[in-house]
Amino acid sequence: MIDFLNALTLLANYIIVPGLAYGSQLALGALGVTMVYAVLRFSNFAHGELMSFGAMCTILCTWALQSFGISLTILPTALLAIPAAALITVLYCIIINYFVYEHYREKKIDTNTYFIVSIGVLFFTAGLIRLVIGPKDQNFSDGVRFILKARDFKAMTGLNEGLAIKTTQGMTVVVTLILVAFVFWFLNRTRTGKSMRAYSDNEDLALLSGINPKKVILITWIITGILATVAGALYGLDKIYKPFTFMYLVLPVFASAILGGVGNPVGAVVGGYIIAFSELIFTFAYKKFLFYILPESFSPDGLVQLLSTDYKIAVSFLILVIVLLIKPTGIFSGKTI
Amino acid sequence: MKKILLATTASVVLASNAFAGGHSTVNIGIILGFTGPIESLTVDMGAGAELAISEVNSAGNFKFGEIASTRADSTCIDSAAATAATERLITADKVNAIVGGDCSGVTTAMLENVAVANGTVMISPSATSPALSTVADDGLFFRTAPSDARQGEIVRDILMEQGYKTIAISYTNNDYGKGLADSIEANFKAAGGTVTLNASHEDGKGDYGAEVAALAQAGGDILVVAGYLNDGGKGIIMSALDTGAFDNFYLPDGMIGDSLPVDIGPDLDGAIGAVPGTDSPGAATFSEMATASNFKAGPFAAESYDAAALIMLAMQASGSNDSTVFKSHVMDVANAPGVQIFPGQLAEGMALLEAGFDIDYVGASAVELVGSGESAGNYREIVVQGGKNTTVKYR
Repeated sequence: MIDFLNALTLLANYIIVPGLAYGSQLALGALGVTMVYAVLRFSNFAHGELMSFGAMCTILCTWALQSFGISLTILPTALLAIPAAALITVLYCIIINYFVYEHYREKKIDTNTYFIVSIGVLFFTAGLIRLVIGPKDQNFSDGVRFILKARDFKAMTGLNEGLAIKTTQGMTVVVTLILVAFVFWFLNRTRTGKSMRAYSDNEDLALLSGINPKKVILITWIITGILATVAGALYGLDKIYKPFTFMYLVLPVFASAILGGVGNPVGAVVGGYIIAFSELIFTFAYKKFLFYILPESFSPDGLVQLLSTDYKIAVSFLILVIVLLIKPTGIFSGKTI
Repeated sequence: MKKILLATTASVVLASNAFAGGHSTVNIGIILGFTGPIESLTVDMGAGAELAISEVNSAGNFKFGEIASTRADSTCIDSAAATAATERLITADKVNAIVGGDCSGVTTAMLENVAVANGTVMISPSATSPALSTVADDGLFFRTAPSDARQGEIVRDILMEQGYKTIAISYTNNDYGKGLADSIEANFKAAGGTVTLNASHEDGKGDYGAEVAALAQAGGDILVVAGYLNDGGKGIIMSALDTGAFDNFYLPDGMIGDSLPVDIGPDLDGAIGAVPGTDSPGAATFSEMATASNFKAGPFAAESYDAAALIMLAMQASGSNDSTVFKSHVMDVANAPGVQIFPGQLAEGMALLEAGFDIDYVGASAVELVGSGESAGNYREIVVQGGKNTTVKYR
């Protein structure tokens, strides 16, 4: 029994807890990508940098709050800074939309051009971030670092294995649940949300029934900006804010959105968790786990690792390719890219 | 007419060459990773090399007059960028010799692609890969840092003395990390220890949870992090502390700097490590000189000072500022016999060489070049206490 509990704790510490946090961050990112795809009908490759931009604004606002001596004592101050940062990011989205995407939308340009344009926005945003905050790492997490420390858990339960839960991990999951619930409520229950879904389903019919496309697009960017800020800030809080890493985060984010079905909000969230957990499950070494659950004579000498951790990013890439080959519409039957 | 023209041209060229040889300033290139994963160390390293140059300049008894220096960025990890920067130093800035590079991978690329082809002497203050001991360098490459083959022995000694029997190693995936990790593993196993896992990590990632999970499953009493303190190495330690995977850490030379204990906080207390360093009188003098010049005698700063000093002394000894000529004098000025020269005494060294005496440059890092021209290796053992790297002893 003790062995079984040890094995369970091991999985919880290295797969379940980090998987839930990472999955939440991916889910928020994928939700943003899916919203833009559903309404504006293009793959927004600049979404990773948008998350980075949101995280950067959060950091700047956090610094401002800290300089006034404001803090949340146990929780990271960044939590207070997120609303202001989201406002700036939303403004940035609206400005980019007004000066870039709107121009191409009026010309009714095809989706391929759109996505090349989004790559242009990606590089512009990346450059802007380097200009404002520089290329260095920023650690902006304060407050109590752990909800549960590995050492305390060991002392509490008497198990060999420890379980650590960081404050940022707990916060990530809670904030994601609230935000995702709000977005679903907004899309399904409010008049504006319904008009967005109508516009996404059939643009011409929506226009005929008097829906204002500019308003729908504006709302979409507002939601996307908020989602990107929260996702980026949580990722930066939980790990560390490195401007360069968001470029690589785009791949798992897109894999999540496509796996769940592009344009389908439920799919994006589910996809985020599936991608996060498969990255962890495929690259985890099961040596100790098997040592606990198998009889002694069977316990393995090797690491029992399916894939080296170097190939972590390849897992999401592989899933992306398989989904596109077998079921291009994704699990929840979204649109095909 | 044609012949006269040719003769005049030739003599003008010769004359201007002679003129240049007599009066032009010598230029020394300083190529270090001023950006990148060890950028917090290169501030002091660059200042160290420049301190030696300004010391000789203010003494004014160097054969070739005023010495200029030109900085370039090796980036520490991008070989293409480092090669291009070296190319520019040699062809455009016309440097006579180079202090650098810093990290082993870029140093190898700079040496093989540019320095050997152009016949330029390179003295690296911090490239420690064992592979650089056997590289075909035409006698142009030296280092004031010891090879990691030596560091592997030091790591073994420290770990064994502290009673660690099983270790896990995480190294940065490049020439430096791989060379050091293999040297540690070979030495530790030969001494009867167990290495549970020797795996790489990539620099520049945001999340090292998966890497640490694999290391944790392999187990071990202590984690040896052969990485960089401003990049992946720091990420691995943070993640290992977060998940409670390891409590004890060994920090090789690339991980020792003032920023790491500050970035990680009190959890790093108790971590052990070693970095090239010496308690010779030269080190203390250099430390004072550095403080007077507003920089710190941080890791590899003394080695940088010595690298620049060796270049200038070898030029003085050989009577030539041509790399292909003075390269054979570097070992002579660095090693016994001769009058011992310490930091701040470069003027005396120059004067002695001018008068035809032998010198034995000891410098700031107790330089003793062995083998193909690399430091024999003195290490400063440290332990992290109260957010600072504190010296335990010298080995």
